[in-house]
Amino acid sequence: MKITKDEIIHVATLARLNLADTDVALYEKQLGDILDYIGTLNRLDTSQVAPTSHAIFINNAFRDDRVKPSIPADRALANAPEPEDGTFIVPRVIR
Amino acid sequence: MLDETMDIYQLTLHEAHELLESRQIRAEELTRQVFARIAAVDPDVCAYLTLAQDLAMDAAREADHAIDQGKAGPLTGIPVAVKDLLCTQDLRTTCGSRILENFVPVYDSTIVERLKAGGAVIVGKTNLDEFGMGSSNEHSAFMPTRNPWDLSRVPGGSSGGSAAAVAADECIAAIGTDTGGSIRQPCSHCGVVGLKPTYGRVSRFGLVAFASSLDQIGPITKDVTDCALLMNAISGYDARDSTSVPRPVPDYTRALRPGLDGLVAGIPKEYHDVSGVDKDVAQAVRTAIEALEGLGLTCRQVSLPHTEYAVATYYIIAPAEASSNLARYDGVKYGFRDAASQDLMDMYRNTRSRGFGREVQRRIIIGTYALSAGYYDAYYGKASQVRTLIMDDFRRAFESCDVLLAPVAPTPAFKLGSKLDDPLSMYLSDIFTLPASLAGIPGMSVPCGFSRDGLPIGLQILAEHFAEEKILQVAYNLEQAQGIRQRKPTLQPGSNGGPGR
Repeated sequence: MKITKDEIIHVATLARLNLADTDVALYEKQLGDILDYIGTLNRLDTSQVAPTSHAIFINNAFRDDRVKPSIPADRALANAPEPEDGTFIVPRVIR
Repeated sequence: MLDETMDIYQLTLHEAHELLESRQIRAEELTRQVFARIAAVDPDVCAYLTLAQDLAMDAAREADHAIDQGKAGPLTGIPVAVKDLLCTQDLRTTCGSRILENFVPVYDSTIVERLKAGGAVIVGKTNLDEFGMGSSNEHSAFMPTRNPWDLSRVPGGSSGGSAAAVAADECIAAIGTDTGGSIRQPCSHCGVVGLKPTYGRVSRFGLVAFASSLDQIGPITKDVTDCALLMNAISGYDARDSTSVPRPVPDYTRALRPGLDGLVAGIPKEYHDVSGVDKDVAQAVRTAIEALEGLGLTCRQVSLPHTEYAVATYYIIAPAEASSNLARYDGVKYGFRDAASQDLMDMYRNTRSRGFGREVQRRIIIGTYALSAGYYDAYYGKASQVRTLIMDDFRRAFESCDVLLAPVAPTPAFKLGSKLDDPLSMYLSDIFTLPASLAGIPGMSVPCGFSRDGLPIGLQILAEHFAEEKILQVAYNLEQAQGIRQRKPTLQPGSNGGPGR
């Protein structure tokens, strides 16, 4: 399957990445090769096969709903680039 | 007995434990010697991203105190290295990425908690491909690790730092993680023992997520006995990981017994009679299988017909899960932020583009594409179905076999830089390790020989879910048959002009 420049630019936006023009050209080639290779899966008829999302059968991993000690807010914010009064400061959202 | 001709940093875990318990050596001295060894050879090997010398010396003194009080467990006072994808409280955890270059976790991963509770001494954090994405350690944002057997070659990846540190005696044992072969392949390339346990056997709490349905933590050790001892310490249910399996943990050292009578091994033809397998690898694996047959193992050929689809399946599922997991790195809550950005969307995009390396961005793009509207069924849906077929292959094989024997990687360690420009060829080198990851079954790499160039080669041993004991039994017998003290890499401290740090 071919992936176009426009699709790469669209997917980069979805993934919140910037791509330079040279990257777009490189990815067009590399992702095209990878997707061609992935296309070999279409040789298999899987119309009657159930999908697997998890290799081990676990059902209802419940726990008791009990309050337990957790990390205090100031510790939880210790790695934030810009914390203030227990919140995360971000650049303006609405222009 | 302490062998006077040997440096104590060369000891295995169980040897060091005996000497510590009988107080022939002290944990403080052992830890000091390990750091001296690191200072001598790590400028060349580049196995460590962060050293924790002060914390380690404190832990070693505590271990000596516990030993003096007769409270020594198997890990008490043992210097252990931890892959830098596992959270360590108050110790920098970078995941090999610029985006987490200054990230200092506020809690320990369950596995590190268990190591510490067992008295282990955490030496430092080992290098890896960024977020575990790579097979060579060249995708570390900071530096490539180099193979102690030949510094011009890769150690494998992504747990290349942990495998190289064990091979170069820069720790007594180490912890790695495996998503598609990231414990087994570097252990094969570095000539050490590495086990990827069954998915769910070891808690993933505090393991920074790459592909959550595949990631698993395991031991990297100098011998099979050490592997069993570490498995005893790290296995078991953890309420903080809802995918960990509530199932009793056996004493894995009981699997270390001579003889293989009654055990049946399958030799999957798709792993042996294929092009692209290096002659020396094929020969070493064949010789190991013959040795095991001589010890009573019954071997029969089996078929895993969907093996050839594992790479394509994995390189949809793993990037898809990664693209979702890595969405959290947005410059808001922790990690790097591009501070110059004027609005929120720019901040997200600039932060992620500057913070993630090329391979990580490539996989995020593949994964986002595979999950995007209009393509989900064709890619992710299809791969999830083929994953079922791959699991069924294993289920059928294990109806008549206890273990499967195969190469770990098609070739010995390759040269640094030789596959960097061709991601697909790098991905294809994972062909023999990916199927077990997709099926969630346990798999080990145990040293089984050397190439003509003197590079180590591993034998891969696979078993069904939660049958790690069978793997350990087979590996132990192979190791005994080959002689425990294998060749060691000959590192000349400081002579190779490594890049240093």
